[in-house]
Amino acid sequence: MRGIPLPLELARAQERIERIASEFELTFFPVVFEVVDYEQMNALAAYAGFPTRYPHYRFGMEYLQLSKSYEYGLHKIYEMVINNDPTYAYLLEGNAMLDQKLVMAHVYGHADFFRNNMYFAHTNRRMVDAMANHATRVRRYQERYGIEAVEKLIDACLSIEDLIDPSAVFLPAAPRSEIVPPEPEPDEAPGRLPAKAYLDRYVNPPDYLEEQRKLVEEQRERSRRFPAKPERDVLGFLLNHAPLSNWERDVVGIIREEGYYFLPQRQTKVMNEGWASYWHSKIMTTRVLNDAEIIDYADHHSGTVATQPGRLNPYKLGIELFRDIERRWDCGRFGPEWEACESMAARANWDRQLGLGRAKIFEVRRVHCDSTFLDAYLTPEFCEEQRLFVSSEDAKTKKPAVSTRSFDDVKQALLFQMTNGGRPAIELVDANYANRSELLLRHRHAGVDLRMDWARDVLQGLTLLWRRPVRLETVREGKPVRLGHDGTAASEESIE
Amino acid sequence: MSRMQSDLNRFRDIVRGRVRDELRKHLGQQELFGKRGREIVSIPIPHLELPHFAHDFGGRGVGQGDGDGDGAKAGKDPGRHILEAEFTVEELAQLLGEALELPRIRPKGRDDLDSRNWRYTGISTTGPESLRHGRRSYRRALRRMIASGAYDPKRPSIVIERGDRRYRAPRPRHEPRANAVILYVMDVSGSMGAEQKELVRIETFWLDAWISRHYEGTRTVYIVHDAVAKEVDRDTFFRIRESGGTVISSAYELAIRILADRFPAEDWNLYMFHFSDGENYSRQDTEKCMQFLDKRLLPSLNLFGYGQVESYGTSGDFYEALDKHFQSEERVALSRIPDRDAIADSIKALLGRGR
Repeated sequence: MRGIPLPLELARAQERIERIASEFELTFFPVVFEVVDYEQMNALAAYAGFPTRYPHYRFGMEYLQLSKSYEYGLHKIYEMVINNDPTYAYLLEGNAMLDQKLVMAHVYGHADFFRNNMYFAHTNRRMVDAMANHATRVRRYQERYGIEAVEKLIDACLSIEDLIDPSAVFLPAAPRSEIVPPEPEPDEAPGRLPAKAYLDRYVNPPDYLEEQRKLVEEQRERSRRFPAKPERDVLGFLLNHAPLSNWERDVVGIIREEGYYFLPQRQTKVMNEGWASYWHSKIMTTRVLNDAEIIDYADHHSGTVATQPGRLNPYKLGIELFRDIERRWDCGRFGPEWEACESMAARANWDRQLGLGRAKIFEVRRVHCDSTFLDAYLTPEFCEEQRLFVSSEDAKTKKPAVSTRSFDDVKQALLFQMTNGGRPAIELVDANYANRSELLLRHRHAGVDLRMDWARDVLQGLTLLWRRPVRLETVREGKPVRLGHDGTAASEESIE
Repeated sequence: MSRMQSDLNRFRDIVRGRVRDELRKHLGQQELFGKRGREIVSIPIPHLELPHFAHDFGGRGVGQGDGDGDGAKAGKDPGRHILEAEFTVEELAQLLGEALELPRIRPKGRDDLDSRNWRYTGISTTGPESLRHGRRSYRRALRRMIASGAYDPKRPSIVIERGDRRYRAPRPRHEPRANAVILYVMDVSGSMGAEQKELVRIETFWLDAWISRHYEGTRTVYIVHDAVAKEVDRDTFFRIRESGGTVISSAYELAIRILADRFPAEDWNLYMFHFSDGENYSRQDTEKCMQFLDKRLLPSLNLFGYGQVESYGTSGDFYEALDKHFQSEERVALSRIPDRDAIADSIKALLGRGR
């Protein structure tokens, strides 16, 4: 973005790696590398890779944490890449040449994923420009309406940044207009069949008619409800229907647009990192490395995919699963025949020499996101081989400990973690709750309670946008409750 | 200024505001002082993460590998630490002043003191061109043109004439040249327990911090007393444990002697703070104290502060005696400190005089 050409050595390395990546049939937008020092790198990381973001203190906080952590030697950011056309990637100044090459190979993996995975298909590929425009607008609002007013609104929006429709990644982040069907003509006696007077009592029994009338009444009641169907895109709903002034509406729109932009990255963390790691490993070990570099490479690579107790490393899980899929499709370990085979020996030596692995993983990277990826390809064998387990905190030592290694449990826990980015599913059910134009949200409880203190804070933020009390139905310790906030005080009632 | 710098400054401002708002809560915490190294105090600030709807997992998740050992190895992602805001004692005193709305201390004898420090903070109508103040000159010109009707909003050209020109001019800066002495007197008789001493320790930290802010050099003198008084160093002051009776006048006598010997009132701003549980040996001695204070101490002191740390079951009446005797005296500040929560109000009472 500053347009400074890469040092010659790096430029040559890029040229070579790009050629190799193309030979492996990776496709990508043009990739632009920038060399930055560690301060710039930390600042970029705090801005999620973008050189310009709207002004907000949390970027400063993020930066402070990264700088502290870097100074204490706790972490080092080697690379960062952003989904854009051209794809921008950053290299840390002063890294060894081998590291730079490794990072480049890794970046081409990401670049290919961004371009080809269908969850990214509708992301704005000019996001660098869009972010800069957002920044200009927010800055203008700050000058006009004061830093604190704008900040307060942004805080409230960021709290519900993830209340967008995860299945709507294929839709552009533009306001959708709802088509409202015309209300049906009121029917005086619904369900009544024409009948002769003396048979009427039997053809149209009065209690049946009453029932029908009530049903229709109920239906009409439901169609009057707003929104007609529960809405996952809470930010979108507020954008269209909350009593906001123009600048506030614009800010809500900005946060929502950025939310949709980052959504597929949250949805494909494991796949994206796995894919990039797969390719840096493939490119480096088969084409780039010379004898002198192999030890350093192995050291660095193993650092990237190292696992820690109680934590899941997406790099590791992703790369291993891609390799597993490639192996299975190379050997033909799929399909009904394979599923039906119960002989351990036969399974262990199963090899149909199909060689479909490479094609398969390319297909997988195109159509899946993390949750479907794991749902479709996690096998008991893989689970055992990778020694996956469900961990829970030991009550005494407060350290993670193995709770179970059973395949079903592991898979369920993993899917739970991947679904909706591990965040609870919240939907908007009623914008005219109790006929007092209060907002009613519902938490689709899936076995885990909400963090209550945060939930209350989020509701408080929401009142700022809706300007009326906001309620949330959820379940706590097995009992349904309705939390509420009217802007000044939180409330709570149990639902019978 | 780079974008990140302004985000960072904004964040620091917010933290500072947060700490100031909650300083009253922090005041009574001794953890604050435990972390004091090289004059830097760090205060933990929780809850700066933006809230969002989240699961309450309670440590459940999916792992890989053996599943034991502690996660000591550094990971790729930086961990989420509780943020600690670092403050120098000076900044903290500033925050204290804002939080408790303390008036600035006006050191006495300021007018006599020669302030040699000149700064270009003033404005004058004459001066060298190199010091011309562009904005001020422009403003003068604009004002003149509007007043004379020569200003045309359609063609807003401003002509700066000689009379409009303004220059930066030096102004003497009143720097606190004065030095201060703080005398801390504490009753260490048997009835003062560990918790009472802790109260005193915390309170003196803030008194020190605030008063030092206003003077160039601050000296502290520590006097402990039971039936007899002696001067000790800071460490001993907070550690010493005596038993026996209480004769407060002994401490005042010693204070008078120290001030007369080492700190003549014409050279020093003198502060004296006395902490006691309020019990004195006899009514006669209390009367003697009042005399000492009235005749010998107060004429030279900027401020005499008395804090009565009250423990369960004691009923000292020294507070009442002082209150009765010095009701209208500007230089006497009294407060009771029953527990840690009262420290903030006590500081306010003792320093609220602005002396």
